[in-house]
Amino acid sequence: MTNHLPADIKSGRLSSPEIEANFSDMHPPLERPEALIEADRCYFCFDAPCTTACPTGIDIPGFIQKIRSDNVKGSAHTILSENIMGGMCARVCPTEELCEEACVRNTLEEQPVRIGLLQRYATDSIIHNKLQLFQRLEDTGKRVAVVGGGPASLSCAHRLATLGHRVTVLNGAQKPGGLNEYGLAAYKTLNDFAQTEVDYILDIGGIDVRNGKSLGIDFSLADLREEYDAVFLGFGLAGVNELRMDNDRVEGVFDAVEYIARLRQTGNMSELPVGRKVLVIGGGMTAIDVAVQSKHLGAEEVTIVYRRGEQQMGASRYEQDYARTSGVCIRRWLAPKRLLLTGDRVSGVQFEYTRLADGGELEGTGDTCELEADVVFKAIGQQVLWNAMEDTAKMLELEQGRIAVDDNRKTSLPDVWAGGDCIHDSEDLTVSAVQDGKLAAMDIDRFLGMKNGSGE
Amino acid sequence: MANLSSEFLGIESPNPFWLASAPPTDKAYNVNRAFEAGWGGVVWKTLGEDPPIVNVSGPRYAVNYSNDRRVIGFNNIELITDRPLSVNLDDMRQIKRDWPDRALVASVMLPMEEESWARYVPMIEETGADAFELNFGCPHGMSERGMGAAVGQVPEYIQRATEWCKKYASIPVIVKLTPNVTDILPPARAAKAANADAVSLINTVNSIMRVDYDTLSMYPTTDGMGSHGGYCGPAVKPIALHMIAEIARTADTADIPISGIGGISDWRDAVDHLALGAQNVQVCTAAMVYGFKIIDDLTDGLSNFLDEKGMTSVSQLVGKAVDSVTDWKYLNLNHIEKASINQDLCISCGRCHVVCEDASHQAITSMVKGSRRFEVIDEECVGCNLCVSVCPVDGCITMKQLTSGTDPRTGQPIFNEKADWTTHPNNPMRVK
Repeated sequence: MTNHLPADIKSGRLSSPEIEANFSDMHPPLERPEALIEADRCYFCFDAPCTTACPTGIDIPGFIQKIRSDNVKGSAHTILSENIMGGMCARVCPTEELCEEACVRNTLEEQPVRIGLLQRYATDSIIHNKLQLFQRLEDTGKRVAVVGGGPASLSCAHRLATLGHRVTVLNGAQKPGGLNEYGLAAYKTLNDFAQTEVDYILDIGGIDVRNGKSLGIDFSLADLREEYDAVFLGFGLAGVNELRMDNDRVEGVFDAVEYIARLRQTGNMSELPVGRKVLVIGGGMTAIDVAVQSKHLGAEEVTIVYRRGEQQMGASRYEQDYARTSGVCIRRWLAPKRLLLTGDRVSGVQFEYTRLADGGELEGTGDTCELEADVVFKAIGQQVLWNAMEDTAKMLELEQGRIAVDDNRKTSLPDVWAGGDCIHDSEDLTVSAVQDGKLAAMDIDRFLGMKNGSGE
Repeated sequence: MANLSSEFLGIESPNPFWLASAPPTDKAYNVNRAFEAGWGGVVWKTLGEDPPIVNVSGPRYAVNYSNDRRVIGFNNIELITDRPLSVNLDDMRQIKRDWPDRALVASVMLPMEEESWARYVPMIEETGADAFELNFGCPHGMSERGMGAAVGQVPEYIQRATEWCKKYASIPVIVKLTPNVTDILPPARAAKAANADAVSLINTVNSIMRVDYDTLSMYPTTDGMGSHGGYCGPAVKPIALHMIAEIARTADTADIPISGIGGISDWRDAVDHLALGAQNVQVCTAAMVYGFKIIDDLTDGLSNFLDEKGMTSVSQLVGKAVDSVTDWKYLNLNHIEKASINQDLCISCGRCHVVCEDASHQAITSMVKGSRRFEVIDEECVGCNLCVSVCPVDGCITMKQLTSGTDPRTGQPIFNEKADWTTHPNNPMRVK
């Protein structure tokens, strides 16, 4: 690269109507006639493989049967009683790797029942119209603190509230919702659905949400254990992994998570700065989300660069295909080596070709190539930001930097549970986080019952 | 190519598909369109005395739908033609002149008074119609006035009215039977006793389609009130086939020519009717749901089927299945079948397991050696065919006959000689 192009980052590459069209619903919802026909395709399997594949164990044939009979309210209840974020999961679950992959129709015709869209059909009107399907049990007088405002925390809070406990949600961000609010691609959740869903969840009552309250800054875990009967930790991953190149803090290098959050919160997407040539380094959903959205905002060339192969990519095959059909180029077996600069701005990245050594570990081949860029996104994963929570880290057993939990999502402390992305072995999915929160809530309920029983 | 041309009571038509007496045959306009589309004949919408009846100006039809709004069953409360008799007769005369190669049958419904028959039968025959069909089946409205099904449900009335028609007609007389009886044979015998040339069946079945879930009144209604209608369409075919087979297999009625009606939507339905004893078939609902164009598949499909079977004409198919219909008591109780699941075709939905578990004989596994697998347990299988019936994959589960050894369910040896209930030791009335 002898002739570096001048950095070319600007807003307004596309008009607002163009952007609006680009960010329309990724999967438009089913109308009633479509939903009835699709529901008819469900075979109502015994011990249904789709239900087994669902991390929250939704009775999928059961809710589809209720769609078929126009019992939409009952259908939504079947879904939401296992997964209170069934509305968001219908939009963002990688169904092609979960329920829809397990659908027996794949064997017969390679076209599964569109479970995700049916789930959305069943839940949309209920959530939008705030039709309350749950009732709180009698107040137990027990108080539980939930740290974090994402799917795991809200799922835990909702289940605890329905069981009659009083919940305080301590949320570091300015709005609840976690990655649903700040992290998902905009075309997956239109019309402020994340907040609509949060409102629906909180409508059960008994949940006090306090925003802008961070663990380690505004309160400590010790305070919470003192003040509450139990604690749930669902604070997610606030730290972004670094590229570990000596000069990755120059102009033009962005943190993908931060950029997506900005995109989700802006009132006018045409005002966002967009590169002409964009490189995304990483292979997960965040990489796909930031790449596709850059393209939708008018970037001319968007390339995802991943250091391993297609099989190892965190993004599902479906997401990869979606990126490609959106005009994103995906290159693999390239590890970033060095940022190329023009003045103090990034103008490209030098990569080294990689391969798997005989032992299976990744190794560089020694050959390199350079790709031009005026914007480089880091999307190589996140980690728990323990810096601000050293006291907490000391109190809990950790595993590979995340919180160790048992099957019930209980930590090494007797009165503290955890779930979502901050726990070890997390699947980094909304639906898994919801399940964590639900399991923890049920275990907390048992714990609180025992506390009663022992006369405390 | 098989020859589809058909002869019924000496009436020739280019194919065995006639449109049944119903709204599609109410006037020349429709019948012209039907003949242009290729239908072999029509039975004109039922004629009655002047002044004509009146129909309600509210809903006449209602449907039993599948989820994608395919018509499973259909009902109606329309009466016979509401046009003046002379208008119909002029139309019929014109049609017969314009389409001399097609069958034109006059459906009639007249009071139980001989004078009516004496007056109207010659007048109608004068149009050039090839035959009469006597509507003794319409189950709504007209039956309240002592006609339609009110006649068809009383064999003596059938006989008397048929005799009157025969007395004043020189063309063949077909008696159309109602299925709203417990046994179809007495009405068929009454028609035969009156020297009817043929019977046609079935007319529609008494029915109420459903309730309106908002108003909790029956659906549909005219000004808040409804009345039962006649049910037809694919849902009634099995009822029609049973009644046709009963007439075709019973010694004293087997010689009555039958025109089959009831639930014919495609060529396979026609094969059912013809093989069980009908000599030709009549269609209404399918034409009302899809239009006249369905005749293409009916004729083409039947022709290809006959070719595949090595048959050169429709008549070779007629009655082919009649001998396979018998009384339950003659079924071979020594014949043992077991279901067998082709694991290569199985998609593991588990429907066979759950229905066998919940509704039959607990004869299908759900797990084998710790993994999801559906296999028949021969020790429990009674060969009932429920799993075959519910399996979504055609040909995945089949019934296999045991011909030697012992039945693993009963431990009894397989006997190849036939033995039925009439001689079974558990039958107190057995033949000794």
